[in-house]
Amino acid sequence: MKIEGKVIKYGNNVNTDEIIPAKYLNISDPELLGKYCFSGLDKNFIEKVNQGRNIIVAGDNFGCGSSREHAAVSIKASGIKCIIAESFARIFFRNSINIGLPIVELKYATEKISFDDELKIDFDNGKIENITKKEFYDIVPFPIFMKKIIDAGGLIQYLKTHRR
Amino acid sequence: MVKQTITEKIIAKHCRKKEVNPGEFVESDVDIALSNDITSPLTINQFKLLNKKIFNRNKIVIVLDHFVPNKDIASAEQCKMVREFAKKNNLKYFFDGATAGIEHALLPEQGLILPGYVVIGADSHTCTYGALGCFSTGVGSTDLACVWATGKIWLRVPESIKFIYYGKLNKWVYGKDLILYTIGKIGVNGANYKSMEFTGEVIQRLSIADRFTICNMAIESGAKSGIIEPDEITFNYIMQIKNKKNVIDKQLWADLKSDKDAEYSKIIEINCNEIEPIVALPHLPSNITSVNKLRKKIWVDQVVIGSCTNGRLEDLRIASKVLKGRKVNSNVRLLIFPATPTIYKQALKEGLIDIFINSGGIICPPTCGPCLGGHLGILAKGEKCIATTNRNFVGRMGHLESEIYLANPAVAAASAISGYITEPE
Repeated sequence: MKIEGKVIKYGNNVNTDEIIPAKYLNISDPELLGKYCFSGLDKNFIEKVNQGRNIIVAGDNFGCGSSREHAAVSIKASGIKCIIAESFARIFFRNSINIGLPIVELKYATEKISFDDELKIDFDNGKIENITKKEFYDIVPFPIFMKKIIDAGGLIQYLKTHRR
Repeated sequence: MVKQTITEKIIAKHCRKKEVNPGEFVESDVDIALSNDITSPLTINQFKLLNKKIFNRNKIVIVLDHFVPNKDIASAEQCKMVREFAKKNNLKYFFDGATAGIEHALLPEQGLILPGYVVIGADSHTCTYGALGCFSTGVGSTDLACVWATGKIWLRVPESIKFIYYGKLNKWVYGKDLILYTIGKIGVNGANYKSMEFTGEVIQRLSIADRFTICNMAIESGAKSGIIEPDEITFNYIMQIKNKKNVIDKQLWADLKSDKDAEYSKIIEINCNEIEPIVALPHLPSNITSVNKLRKKIWVDQVVIGSCTNGRLEDLRIASKVLKGRKVNSNVRLLIFPATPTIYKQALKEGLIDIFINSGGIICPPTCGPCLGGHLGILAKGEKCIATTNRNFVGRMGHLESEIYLANPAVAAASAISGYITEPE
């Protein structure tokens, strides 16, 4: 799997209330959730995505707080193709894998990568190419157990194919 | 045999292994699978894709507690959908209308949680049940849908951090202050993916209510779970649950202890003598200070006493002690949410509700209320609120330019009287 795109950047401890405020939790339609994505943190998020940026880069503990899967769902529906963070909060991490939203851990991501940088993420070879800065970064590989879920396209698909 | 923590022992038992090790991926049996009115709709949608039957109608628990009584048409539709699912699948434990309350206060009260259980909930504060000696953790809706179908969940066995609380509690210091102090010490990701094991003489003396408060906020340090070894206090708590239908297994409970030489990724000692009533300033639970160290008066517009963190009877008793015979400041709206109908009734019986109404408080139904910015007490631009809840993220309770301060029920009640954040006299 390869993903190419430009970067939207945030800091540490981005929480799920910022990604999708609770007032929108009466919605379960992914497309509609996508429209309110990041409305608790960045009013211009959707505009930034519409201008062709489709990779989020962030610091530590991305997705902390509530277990609301709406957060991962809304990011995926907004048009974001991948999240690179220095670390992820654990429930958000599981949710992203489970719904097939690619996420990558990269130490010092916010130091290495700038807003609007153009990246090429190569999951199979474990590399990120920063085209703008002409740099390469190694990706922390997923455990085999998780890779199987990702390869299946999410937990639902994994269970459908791996169980009677 | 390898020395094990209580968390490792519970997980090992649920995957029928003699032992498990931190970092190991396992598939664990689930005793209780919990969800609510905002996480169940996504779970139902994902569950339908699986095209399977539910694994056990007695082990799937749903509580409608977030946007109820329904705040708008969309939340009414969500509850309707969940209600229909619960009926169709004949769920034994579906809490709706007058039987519902805040899930993490309700389930233990109903005798649905016992020491040694593995509890998986589509709600981040599912870690609350560690207070009874359970391994309990929050997940998203897709994970829960798969639990509904299989009765199992994949887990990475967490490393444990041992917290040892020693010394004596100062006046007006409660479980809330201990956990806020701890989060302040290790940060909002200080226990990421790990289990927080709370131990020490102070924990051993704490009531179950205070233990619930502590384990409830383990997630605010990023922890997978929080846990306290069950003891005589736990046993007595379970024994007094009226409609408990489960056999008490004292022998099993006796084994629910960490081995003496069990391995921890860290051991942190906390001197409780140093802890004074604490307030977490906006916008992170780790942003703490002692109330008496606040340099200037922070005037508040609203005070909230309630939530899965601090809406229990003991919390209401503490608040009533401070409020009795006093009046809420005329610039403040005091909202009180008894966490369950049983707590509400008992508070009435003990005269607490009278005290609250006489002092100028507003009694709200047993729901999550404004804690997550759903309804019943949303903040306007620039407004400030001190709350006994668990998160003070930007905009969590309303407008993005509003502010939330977290504290224990005594500090919240005292602040309602004075109009600014303060300790009780």
